[in-house]
Amino acid sequence: MLTLQAVLDGLLLGILFALIAYGMALQWGVMNIINIAQGDLVILGGYIAYFMYLYGIHPAWGVIVSPIIMYFVGVVIYKLVINKVVDRDLFISILATFGISILFMQLMNFAFGADVVLANSGYGTTMLFDNSVTLPNSKIFSAFISIVFAIGLVVYMKKSKLGRAIRATAQNARAAKILGVDTEKVYAATFGINAALCGVAGALISITFTIHPYMGLPYTIRSFMIVIVAGLGNLPGVAMSGMGLGVFEEFADYILGTEFRIGSVFLLLVLILVYRRFKLSRKREYLK
Amino acid sequence: MIKNNLIIYLAILIFGLAAPFVFPAFKVQLSILCILIILAITWNVQGGEMGYNTFGNILFYGLGMYLCASVQVGMFFPLGEWTEGGGEKTFVHTPAQFFQGFAFGLAVAAIVPAIVAGLIGYSILGLRGHYFAICTLGLGVAAGEISGGIEIIGAGQGFTTPPFPNVDRLEARGEFFYFCSFIVLIFTFLAVKAIYSTRFKLVLNAIRDNEDKAEAMGIQTMKYKIIGWMISAFFCGLAGGIMGGLVGYIDSTDVAFDGREMGVFMVLMAILGGKGTLWGPVIGATLFHIFKEGFWTFFLGWQYVALGVLIVVIVIYFPEGIMGWLREKYPERFGEVVDEADRKAQVTLK
Repeated sequence: MLTLQAVLDGLLLGILFALIAYGMALQWGVMNIINIAQGDLVILGGYIAYFMYLYGIHPAWGVIVSPIIMYFVGVVIYKLVINKVVDRDLFISILATFGISILFMQLMNFAFGADVVLANSGYGTTMLFDNSVTLPNSKIFSAFISIVFAIGLVVYMKKSKLGRAIRATAQNARAAKILGVDTEKVYAATFGINAALCGVAGALISITFTIHPYMGLPYTIRSFMIVIVAGLGNLPGVAMSGMGLGVFEEFADYILGTEFRIGSVFLLLVLILVYRRFKLSRKREYLK
Repeated sequence: MIKNNLIIYLAILIFGLAAPFVFPAFKVQLSILCILIILAITWNVQGGEMGYNTFGNILFYGLGMYLCASVQVGMFFPLGEWTEGGGEKTFVHTPAQFFQGFAFGLAVAAIVPAIVAGLIGYSILGLRGHYFAICTLGLGVAAGEISGGIEIIGAGQGFTTPPFPNVDRLEARGEFFYFCSFIVLIFTFLAVKAIYSTRFKLVLNAIRDNEDKAEAMGIQTMKYKIIGWMISAFFCGLAGGIMGGLVGYIDSTDVAFDGREMGVFMVLMAILGGKGTLWGPVIGATLFHIFKEGFWTFFLGWQYVALGVLIVVIVIYFPEGIMGWLREKYPERFGEVVDEADRKAQVTLK
């Protein structure tokens, strides 16, 4: 039954990863930027929910409040840093966002302390299959909320004016500009939406798991991995590979032990990249 | 021009030899400066000349650090008992054992990372651009996380390197490590300078400028990329080995595979000085170290905030670095012939 437990845990965890990865795919596709600070945005969103919990508000409301705050954080980051690296070499953007990541890590460390915290939602647990599988209700709640947000965003991108502008910019920024799309605004909104998604995911993570100022980078790597496995713009793929990663991680946790959990995630990234590189090199191509 | 260079080299050599006696209080700082310059130079071989921007050289640095210390201990005493805790008190190296072990350890610390680079090079170097950068970032972090779980090298509690043996002079420890790092620095600099004067550098530059075309011209790019990475790894491992002895204590994520500090520092120093130049990393590392030591205590706990801001500012506003800026200003000094009409034409075209 341990296997079933791991699979269910992994699936619920993976949905959260997929939400973060969706944000990354969005801004990667639109702005061609890899945001190393993605994970730190997640953690920051988590701290917003945690603070609401500290002040006596139920942390589940963080799901509403955190994305609103994070949207503006994202727009500010865009205005200060990202808009200067959008058209530049990709390595420049990686390094710049790496700088932002270090900055955020340390600021959060100052503001919130270096303790591992979680916001207790008090949702209780569900027992399944004769009490052999334990599922905290908060995990089910967070998976449900992630799906709601993901579907909401997909609909928004399809139907709304801004969504169409974002998709047009992703296809061809220059043509979009000619046709009257204010790409600067679109970029800012994209980055803001990405940060807001991170905020939602962070609030959910603070309810279901734990947060810590230095835990950001693994989330970045996970979302990067999910995006390269699924491919840009492949939403079902993002969901599937997110859940796959979640299951993988739970099994790595059970088999290798918790101390190798993060290490196995990073190793998996290396293995996936190497596998894809060999697969593509047969056709004399490379990852672009 | 040659005479000028000779004077500069001599001045630096004399300064380097005299420094520990003139500024005895700064011996450790000067040794760290040497290590930083080595790391910046080796990163530049990889990132500046070859265009393969890596975050993963920290892997070789940490590997060298662990290897050097393990060999130094393991040659004479059981490694497992040493790292279990308090090993440095039960087992004491005699001076002869210490120096023998250190020399042998450094050799291993240089050669094994180079071999590792050669082995993984074929798989990893097939990636390009940002995939390579993120993959190497993953490698560095994974190495740190995994080494933190291995019992025999101290796992989470760290690894105390052999303490410096009791010789009569109190100053000996600092001087020993300073000269070690200084000699390795000179060795690195001369080796890289020699490499840069060969066809090998041109091949690396060709790979940086356009790898597909380089391949089409009949250059076996993969071979050269692997050799370039091995050179990088060789010197990174050496630097790591010395640093391990200098710090005296190895922790998996805070000292050895410290991607947040050393791993970023080496990229930053090379970019600050100017990518793809011989002297750029040296200047960049020196300035960075002076800035770091001068202001780190001033920021008092806000170092990483300052570091983050510094990265963003350098990357956004100063991506060409000091040498790049000088090159733009005085192109004649760099042996570039500038046609005035051409330059004007370029300006107007913009």
